[in-house]
Amino acid sequence: MSERTQSEAFAAPRRELAADTFGMWIFLASEAMLFGALLLVFLAARIAYPQAFAAASGHLSLPLGTANTVVLITSSFTMALAHVFADAGRWRGATAGLAATGALGLVFLAVKGYEYRSEYLEGLAPVLGAPFRYEGPAPANAELFFNLYFTMTALHAAHLLGGIAVVGFVLARWRRTAAAGRLRRVTATGLYWHFVDVVWIFLFPVLYLIDR
Amino acid sequence: MSADTYPPQSYFAAGYGPRAWFLTTDHKRVAWLYLVALTAFFFIGGAMAVVMRLELATPQGDVLTADVYNRMFSIHGIIMVWFFLVPSIPATLGNFLLPLMLGAKDLAFPRLNLASWYVFAFGSLFTLFAVIAGGVDTGWTFYTPLSSLYSDSYVSAAAFGVFIVGFSTIMTGINFIVSVHKLRAPGLTWFRLPIFVWTMYATALVMVLATPVLAASLILIVLERVFGIGVFNPELGGDPLLFQHLFWFYSHPAVYIMILPGMGVVSEILPCFARRPLFGYRAVALSSMAIAVFGFLVWGHHMFVSGQSAYAGVVFSFLSFLVAIPSAIKVFNWTLTLRKGHITFDTPMLYALGFLGLFTFGGLAGLFVASLAVDVHLHDTYFVVAHFHYIMVGGMVTAYMGGLHFWWPKMTGRMYSELWGRIAAVTTFIGFNLTFFPQYVLGYLGMPRRYHAYPAEFAFWHVLSSTGAVVLAIGYVMPFFYLGWSLLRGSAAPANPWRASGLEWQTASPPPQHNFARTPTVTEGPYAYPEPEDER
Amino acid sequence: MSWSIPFMPEQASNFAPGVDLLFYALLAFSFGLGLVLTFLVVRYSARYRAGSRADRSGRRARSLRLEIAWTAATVAIAFGLFAWGAVLFVDRNKAPADAIEIAAIGKQWMWKFRHPGGQREINELHVPVGQPVVVSLASQDVIHSFFVPAFRVKQDAVPGRTTRVWFTATKPGRYHLFCAEYCGTQHSGMRGQVIAMQPERYAAWLEARSGGEPLAAAGERLFRSLGCSGCHGAESRIPAPSLEGLYRRPVPLASRRTVIADEAYLRDSILQPQKHIVAGYGAVMPSYDELIDEDELQMIVAYIKSLAEDREP
Repeated sequence: MSERTQSEAFAAPRRELAADTFGMWIFLASEAMLFGALLLVFLAARIAYPQAFAAASGHLSLPLGTANTVVLITSSFTMALAHVFADAGRWRGATAGLAATGALGLVFLAVKGYEYRSEYLEGLAPVLGAPFRYEGPAPANAELFFNLYFTMTALHAAHLLGGIAVVGFVLARWRRTAAAGRLRRVTATGLYWHFVDVVWIFLFPVLYLIDR
Repeated sequence: MSADTYPPQSYFAAGYGPRAWFLTTDHKRVAWLYLVALTAFFFIGGAMAVVMRLELATPQGDVLTADVYNRMFSIHGIIMVWFFLVPSIPATLGNFLLPLMLGAKDLAFPRLNLASWYVFAFGSLFTLFAVIAGGVDTGWTFYTPLSSLYSDSYVSAAAFGVFIVGFSTIMTGINFIVSVHKLRAPGLTWFRLPIFVWTMYATALVMVLATPVLAASLILIVLERVFGIGVFNPELGGDPLLFQHLFWFYSHPAVYIMILPGMGVVSEILPCFARRPLFGYRAVALSSMAIAVFGFLVWGHHMFVSGQSAYAGVVFSFLSFLVAIPSAIKVFNWTLTLRKGHITFDTPMLYALGFLGLFTFGGLAGLFVASLAVDVHLHDTYFVVAHFHYIMVGGMVTAYMGGLHFWWPKMTGRMYSELWGRIAAVTTFIGFNLTFFPQYVLGYLGMPRRYHAYPAEFAFWHVLSSTGAVVLAIGYVMPFFYLGWSLLRGSAAPANPWRASGLEWQTASPPPQHNFARTPTVTEGPYAYPEPEDER
Repeated sequence: MSWSIPFMPEQASNFAPGVDLLFYALLAFSFGLGLVLTFLVVRYSARYRAGSRADRSGRRARSLRLEIAWTAATVAIAFGLFAWGAVLFVDRNKAPADAIEIAAIGKQWMWKFRHPGGQREINELHVPVGQPVVVSLASQDVIHSFFVPAFRVKQDAVPGRTTRVWFTATKPGRYHLFCAEYCGTQHSGMRGQVIAMQPERYAAWLEARSGGEPLAAAGERLFRSLGCSGCHGAESRIPAPSLEGLYRRPVPLASRRTVIADEAYLRDSILQPQKHIVAGYGAVMPSYDELIDEDELQMIVAYIKSLAEDREP
């Protein structure tokens, strides 16, 4: 393993690792503003229509949502394991952790897809031309709830999909990556993964648990 | 340019073919890629402004139809804000100079830097495609429900392009923040950083934290148009004003993305040509950060008459007056920097002095629109148009031109014609005032903005403004020719033609590929201009 | 067309002198400060040009006192200007109770007005001089903005809510009415005139135009034909809150909050009845969003408001 840095700008890999990690934190701050803006939009609508939103929230599947929360928290745990192994230079443990993380991410997306499908069949999804069917108070405001639910969870799912792609990329290039590069990649990917997890930790109670 | 005219160690020598440019990770070359792209957009956007001024030379709508005129000012705004002003100084001068000023070999993430240019090119060309396909007629502000429910132009495509360009902005921002934190040369402490670096840092912070909110609002507009999600539609209980809150939460800080770098450039030029340190260095550095922070708290001053609560208006007005304070302090500091100097009036200095005047008059107009009762009258009139053009064009573009002339010898290794430089600087100053000062009067008279035709009594001031636009356009076209000429035929520039302080002047012009032969060590603060013949 | 060069808009409302006074104060301050700075820049440029023999001793000296002084002065002036503008602005939001209420609707690309007596006009608004006028603004499509430069008033008309603007015309004449918020293709064609008349001429004008049904009367007719009276009427057997004297009174809600029954509340309660459930009643009222347009909404709101007027002393 050579002590080469990837960027010309750095004198030593340690400094580059510190810069990468710092850069990732900045990026996550940026991402937090994105989800924060959408959460505020949701909050504004919820304050305006508390009853309609509470009733609509009851139509989401609590078992599936809970299951997905467990899956995602477990994936964060396996990601943390991968980082611990990578830091200790135990590469097989690190790859196993990454693979488990990616797999759990796929499980989350599969469950989410199933959930979307049943909501679509129920007539709650704002897909082109599909009529909105809903029995309950203030259907117009409930429609707004479901639309915001789809917007936020889909954006989260897109971020998760991106995370899975990055994990796959890191694994695919694993053999051709030097030790310093492996640790940098696992650290940066891990930070991102945990962030996506944390976003869900906000979305789950706000969307599923409100007024249960 | 041919290979033998540059010293072999210069960064140009690394290669002249398309691969050497389009696959480079050298921050200096990426800066050139941006410079070419931004120049193209500046002239496209500028040409549209000229056509609009032509239309407005008479009260009737006789050159363009209302529909075309609306598309014209919409795309003028979109191009000038997102494809020119936001990236302008950071992506060109910032990219080129930040590592040099830090004493570093490159930015922290060179490949991310190149990627940001490709993302920029893709997003901006996508929007340009939307323009050619049929255009957008919502204004650059995309106000709902006009943009989300009523406009049948290519809103989604344009919004998508702007959304993509946002990624490029965030990439640049992250790169700058990390570089300033992690790549400072030995001895280069925070309070030894040039103001240009401080303003780049403040700008980068705003880029990283504000741009995602724009992304969120654009996503919501596109979803509203495609799926009808209703966030901004009162029929589902949505609120059109919510969009304005989201949009200005980005777009007001974006104003500071646009002006802070200009302040940075001027803070370099003035001390150099006055041959004395910047007055109140720490105050200027910290007020840059203050502007970046306060900039996030004043978005509601765009909405005084929108129907938001009157009390919200009072709070936002108060905070807006607070932002005026750090800006005023900077102007005082720049002015006093001239005192007891040994001033020369080379081209960059003329631009910097022009900036000082135009920024001051633009900023003072800001007091009018921050003042609640007066803004009720001036809101959405030409007064606002004049105000932000004084800041964005009179301030930012003037600083950009000044910076370009200041660092041109460093970037190219060539000198340009000083005479033509001075003529262009004076021409733009005159043309600018002639174009935009009448618009202050128009606004006070009550002429609303975004009007394709207008009552005849406003004609005098519009004619004056249109005349000025021609002068201004000439002033902006001139540098294109003499700078281009200098690139081919200019005399070779010495390493430090202006006898300026700063690390970037301690290396060759043009700099070698890795900037410095050996990493410099810094032992003193910026602007250490020596006492000439010591008085007393 | 005359080529006289205009420098200031006419002053034709109660607000104009106050706003102008502040405007000219700002102008004087700006030009004063601008001229001082210009003077300094020019003076320094001339005096300290390279090669001049000016005295440059003590150039490294920095005066902390000077920096603190100008910062403090900037803060004081900024707060003074802020307070001045804010006081005027808050006044602008307090319409007098005896004002004439005119209902306005903005739509692409025209202004529609209706006087209390039912007189309608398009792109023209007749108002009496010397009497406060409230224009309540609604929009049928996108955001518009009601702007009368000579009156120094401007207010956006936002779809989904009612906004209000008031003024007292002080000088008879015809004044520009602009749409100030960009609203699509014919935005610059969305212009009209406000015609301020002496009160007796205004009365005559109203008389000549009468024949239309008064707004509140039209609202009462709708109130019956849409079936509102079936539940909200006095003899109704379905429990619904009475609307007598409701306007501008506090209403206790099921969510334990209390709101004032202003125009926004009446509007919401008709279009989105689920938003505010009155304490002690069920959430049974359907939304009338699909059934009525902005015109009809304004009529019903006018009727409900009229139910409170009878009771006021």
